[in-house]
Amino acid sequence: MSSPAAHADAQIQHAHGQHAHGQDAHDAHNEGGHGSFKSYMTGFVLSVILTVIPFWLVMGNVLDNSLVTTLVVLALGGVQMVVHVVYFLHMNTKSEGGWTFMALIFTVTLVVIMLSGTVWVMHHLNKNMMPMSAGDVLHKMP
Amino acid sequence: MMHGETAPPGAAAPVFYVTDEEGHHSEGSTMLGFWLYLMSDCLIFATLFATYGVLGRSYAAGPSPKDLFELPAIALNTAMLLFSSITYGFAMLEMDRDDQRKTQIWLAITGLFGVAFVALEIREFVHLFHEGAPPWRSAFLSSFYTLVSTHGLHVSFGILWLVTLMVQVHKYGLVVANKRRLMCLSMFWHFLDLVWIGVFTVVYLIGVLE
Repeated sequence: MSSPAAHADAQIQHAHGQHAHGQDAHDAHNEGGHGSFKSYMTGFVLSVILTVIPFWLVMGNVLDNSLVTTLVVLALGGVQMVVHVVYFLHMNTKSEGGWTFMALIFTVTLVVIMLSGTVWVMHHLNKNMMPMSAGDVLHKMP
Repeated sequence: MMHGETAPPGAAAPVFYVTDEEGHHSEGSTMLGFWLYLMSDCLIFATLFATYGVLGRSYAAGPSPKDLFELPAIALNTAMLLFSSITYGFAMLEMDRDDQRKTQIWLAITGLFGVAFVALEIREFVHLFHEGAPPWRSAFLSSFYTLVSTHGLHVSFGILWLVTLMVQVHKYGLVVANKRRLMCLSMFWHFLDLVWIGVFTVVYLIGVLE
């Protein structure tokens, strides 16, 4: 993975630029990290690529196997989320003394447990429920 | 006093806490606090995604995603939000250069992209209603509307916030407080784009696949 290194590089360059300005107001909220034109454009181009590919895969019916397509589309979505966090939200392990990163890791952990657990448990509940006949379904429809 | 040493009369009262919190300026803690808000917002969306994951295949003999969703329109929606993200980034870069006029222009463009996104989404919902797919038709549609319109409401309030900040910047200029506010909105806006990645991937693309 070379992207975090490139990002850190961009940040260092950015910080240098700010010190050259010598403006205290800038340094005051430098911690949030704004990124540079280069880092925004990198994020944008990567996002466009990572958006176009899944739409192309689904709309063009490129892969015959829909399970493979699903997995690829999900993976690309995950990668694009990381790109957004790094290049648009300027997340790194050092901002705010590492606390934003800690909060992010904690939230991601919660979300993964909650999402996978919910889908897993509810899928099995659904599968193991008493089967209903078609007549029952029709009868119980509102 | 606990140490058994009493200060001589007339001496300054001892101070047991740090009066000047150095390195803890308000901007820093605001950003951390706002980040924590975004993370809690992320949990809201995660619960809605989980609900959709459970109910998204329960059509109640009604329409399925394949019958309803038009991917070209969704691609256009996605483009609007992605463009608004990069134009907000440009606004932040102009803010760094203290160029108030260009910051305002980029913010206005961002707002227009946001309005286009919300308008396209409303158009889609109207279309779905006409197709006989209102929220009460099936569990799939209930969870679909809850998830997507929660995101749409966030974007709408983001636009309201954006307009408010443009008025603020117009009145008071790019002062430190306004810069801090614009930073917060920047995080909010990029975060909404991030949530939309999940929406178009899980709801639209994978929905149409099956």
